[in-house]
Amino acid sequence: MTKTVAIIGGGVAGLETAKQLNSLGYSVKLFEKTNTLGGHVAKWDRLFPNKRHASEVVSSLTLSQGNTQTLTETTVHSIKRENQGFVISANSSNHEADAVVLATGFELFPAEKKEEYGYGLFENVITSADLEQMFKKHGKPVMASGHKPVRIAFIHCVGSRDEKVNRPYCSKVCCVTAVKQAIEVKEALPNSEVFCFYMDLRTFGPGYEDLYKEAQSKGVTFIRGRLSESSEIEGGRVLIKAEDTLASTPLKMSVDIVVLMVGMSPLRSTNKLATDLGLSINADGFIAATDLHTNPTGTATNGVFVAGACTGPNNITDTVNAAKATALDVHNYLSR
Amino acid sequence: MNYYHHFVIPFTAGLLFLVIVVAAKWIGWIKNLDAEQKGLIKRNIFGKASLHATWEVITESLLHRRIFQKNFLLGYMHMSLAFGWFLLIVMGNLETRFFTHGQMNPPYVPIFFEFFEHDLSTLRYKEIFTFVMDFLLLFVLSGVALAYMKRATSKPLGMKKATKHAFIDKLALTSLWLIFPLRLAAESVTAGLYDSGGFFTRWLGEAIVSLPGADMLYYPLWWAYSISLGLFFISVPFTRYMHIPTETLLIFLRKYGIREKNEHTSYTQVELNACSRCGICIDSCQLSSELGISNSQSTYFLKSLRDKKTTDYLTETCMLCGRCDFACPVGIENSTIRLNQRRETPASAINFGYVPTIEASKGKIAFFAGCMGQLTPSVTKATLTLFNAAGVEYTHIDKDATICCGRPLQVNGEESAAKELAQKNKQLIEGTGAQALVTTCPICARIFAESYGLSIPVYHHTQFLYQLAASGQLKLTPTSNLITYHDPCELGRGLGIYEEPRELLKFAGNLVEVKSSKTDSLCCGGSLAITSINQQQRSQIAIKTLESIGANDVDFVATACPLCKKTFTAASDENAILDVSEILVKACTNSRQSLKPEQKQRTKETSTVN
Ligand SMILES: Cc1cc2nc3c(=O)[nH]c(=O)nc-3n(C[C@H](O)[C@H](O)[C@H](O)COP(=O)(O)OP(=O)(O)OC[C@H]3O[C@@H](n4cnc5c(N)ncnc54)[C@H](O)[C@@H]3O)c2cc1C
Ligand code: SF4
Ligand code: SF4
Ligand code: SF4
Repeated sequence: MTKTVAIIGGGVAGLETAKQLNSLGYSVKLFEKTNTLGGHVAKWDRLFPNKRHASEVVSSLTLSQGNTQTLTETTVHSIKRENQGFVISANSSNHEADAVVLATGFELFPAEKKEEYGYGLFENVITSADLEQMFKKHGKPVMASGHKPVRIAFIHCVGSRDEKVNRPYCSKVCCVTAVKQAIEVKEALPNSEVFCFYMDLRTFGPGYEDLYKEAQSKGVTFIRGRLSESSEIEGGRVLIKAEDTLASTPLKMSVDIVVLMVGMSPLRSTNKLATDLGLSINADGFIAATDLHTNPTGTATNGVFVAGACTGPNNITDTVNAAKATALDVHNYLSR
Repeated sequence: MNYYHHFVIPFTAGLLFLVIVVAAKWIGWIKNLDAEQKGLIKRNIFGKASLHATWEVITESLLHRRIFQKNFLLGYMHMSLAFGWFLLIVMGNLETRFFTHGQMNPPYVPIFFEFFEHDLSTLRYKEIFTFVMDFLLLFVLSGVALAYMKRATSKPLGMKKATKHAFIDKLALTSLWLIFPLRLAAESVTAGLYDSGGFFTRWLGEAIVSLPGADMLYYPLWWAYSISLGLFFISVPFTRYMHIPTETLLIFLRKYGIREKNEHTSYTQVELNACSRCGICIDSCQLSSELGISNSQSTYFLKSLRDKKTTDYLTETCMLCGRCDFACPVGIENSTIRLNQRRETPASAINFGYVPTIEASKGKIAFFAGCMGQLTPSVTKATLTLFNAAGVEYTHIDKDATICCGRPLQVNGEESAAKELAQKNKQLIEGTGAQALVTTCPICARIFAESYGLSIPVYHHTQFLYQLAASGQLKLTPTSNLITYHDPCELGRGLGIYEEPRELLKFAGNLVEVKSSKTDSLCCGGSLAITSINQQQRSQIAIKTLESIGANDVDFVATACPLCKKTFTAASDENAILDVSEILVKACTNSRQSLKPEQKQRTKETSTVN
């Protein structure tokens, strides 16, 4: 009898796991709470490091699903162990499965929590995710009034590496995202002035450092210092205050748009599923892996596996790699 | 009649010693009060204040009303010991007076009266006296029994650390606990031998003397009783029992209007000595209940200061939240004493001379958002939106740049640095010619009100908005939202503002009142007065506080301090935490026209709407 695997989350992690398990001959049910597949990646315009369109990645993953049964607009509320398998309640029906993969991903740091930055208060303070939407819609950033911005500031580490909002960890992808977006702004609006306020630049992946060099050569100014606060001035422009820690001087600057590089936060609703299943949560609030080095996709509960950003901030490459590893783990488990 | 026996010497000597030492201390303390404090005594000593003080001595020092409110058994224990003993002394004196027809007797006579007089047949109301004396003795003994029990189940506080007072503390405790059992034994044996005593001592005495050789106990027991009294009296000035006489003095001084100042005075000595080391302050402290830091609370701090052995750790490990001030049954101003101790040892000579002064334009109301206001722009925005709606003429004096009010420095003992900043802000405030100062930050409001010496009134925005709402200038229509309110430490216990925020919230929705509120409210954990706890520990405190105010059962958690708002927001992703002003904006029904966001008038420094 064909064994069934339930995959919770239709982001790149879920899609890749589904694809692999499907080709291994399992019956796969993929649960996705929104009406589209692709998770966060579906919301991005172009991807670092090569500025490829995100839609390409999503469609290549969705098109290779084979027999996967995808259930969109289906939110998994609880998962219970029963006999040798699991009962998954989603919307108001129950589904049975022999193994479960959590690929529920992350949520964007709610930037309103960093109230001093003015998100939700000042109309021209936006997040990196909002900027992706602008690129998708208009191909360039625009002010709330519809005007063309002349000065844009990117603020790194918003909701990451910040004890004051209980997010002490680095979100990994936002430095390179800021660099990528800064280049895109420069390309779309060559006369604009672009600033990046960073603590230190973490461009860890292949091609990332090249992107940084490209940004510098395109005239993006990098200022080492954290934003302390912003306020709104005439015309909806934003006055930002920071300290240039290399020059050791306080700094005030008025800009047209402030882009907050929001971090990747643990998805709160995942915690309930995790506790239902007896999984542990690590200090940063993500699902804890059994062994960071040798078993990053296994969990403390037999038959439950994890993949992707629900275990911590990751780029697409690492997410997809984890998904492949998870699929193999599931296969080993089910063919014991 | 002349009553005397050698065994009265230990008691009499002890009593004499105690009276002399306590008198000398009282005189010393009173003499060292400053001129203003002495003036308060002179002005009030022959007035109603003394009557009120006497009443408080009765309700607190004797009846221990406040401890009763905390815990019935603990209250009963204290009351039976203090009030019972007091009544025994009073009744004993009356009995002796009656018997000797008003004759003046040395103090030991009523204490040992059962020894001196066996035949009370000529005593008027003899039955009543003997009954009452026995009854009172049993009453006191029930308290002693509870004290034994407390000792067995929960170590009395302050006995844990064996300082050099350990011996004298033990001596005091042992003699105190022996006094009443010995009195019972001595009186019973006497009653048994001479057929005297009341219902209980006679019954017990007959049982005892029926045992062979019991009559030999007669003199030794009276000696032992006298010695235990004497030892206890002698140990009082060196132990925590000094709190008994000192609390009385404290109550009087306080009723005369004397309080802690911004430095230690000899009144501080009175407060230090009035601490009974009951330990109630430990339970009230969230550092202890949430973080397990249980060695820095007021009881320990006061003792260390009294022994002149305080440490930086004790001085600094406190949020100055003020909870223990209100929990303390003696009413000691714990956090003020701690703050003053910080003032004695400023960390360094921080100099703020370089900070440029700011000038602001004129306006009837000067609005100050402060540093925390810069970090919570939505609170400022909401408040100014309401001002605009109500047609308030204001000037936002720290819109472009703000100078710290100095309170964060002040709570860390940096008084002179704080003064420097205060001077600059005072110039700014007075330069506006405003008639009142309004701030959204209770931290600023506190130092403005207490230390700036401004010539205009200072209002927290909830007070000011309440006036606007009560007069109808600000129109609010309640929404169906359920709201719980968190009292900020600086606003509530600090400035005594509890009602205005609540009344405002009632105008705006359904206020849910919680158990730990007002003087008993918990600290959010964000306190600026402690630097040794980390963000995670602060969040731990915040989560518990949110729980205690039922944050999960309401739509909004309201607070009236930007620091509380930030601390809660950092700790919890689940709750919507808003300033009172932000909630009011949702309920404001002044004409939409006037509700335009404040930024639209920003080009003009002073805004006039309507
Ligand atoms: C601003 C930004 C830009 C980025 N740009 C890039 C880039 O250019 N290149 C790159 O390599 N990486 C980029 N990343 C990282 C990338 O987005 C992540 O690696 C990727 O989204 C992780 O995929 P995931 O499937 O694990 O999680 P997600 O994308 O979060 O997907 C999880 C899915 O699970 C669903 N789900 C959650 N809970 C449930 C439930 N209970 N029931 C049903 N469904 C549920 C969600 O709706 C979601 O669709 C970027 C990240 C950010 C924040
Ligand atoms: S990747 Fe860069 S911006 Fe993101 S959290 Fe790390 S250091 Fe900050
Ligand atoms: S400070 Fe007050 S509460 Fe604390 S031990 Fe002393 S008397 Fe008790
Ligand atoms: S003031 Fe607050 S923090 Fe300090 S000892 Fe008292 S209860 Fe504890």
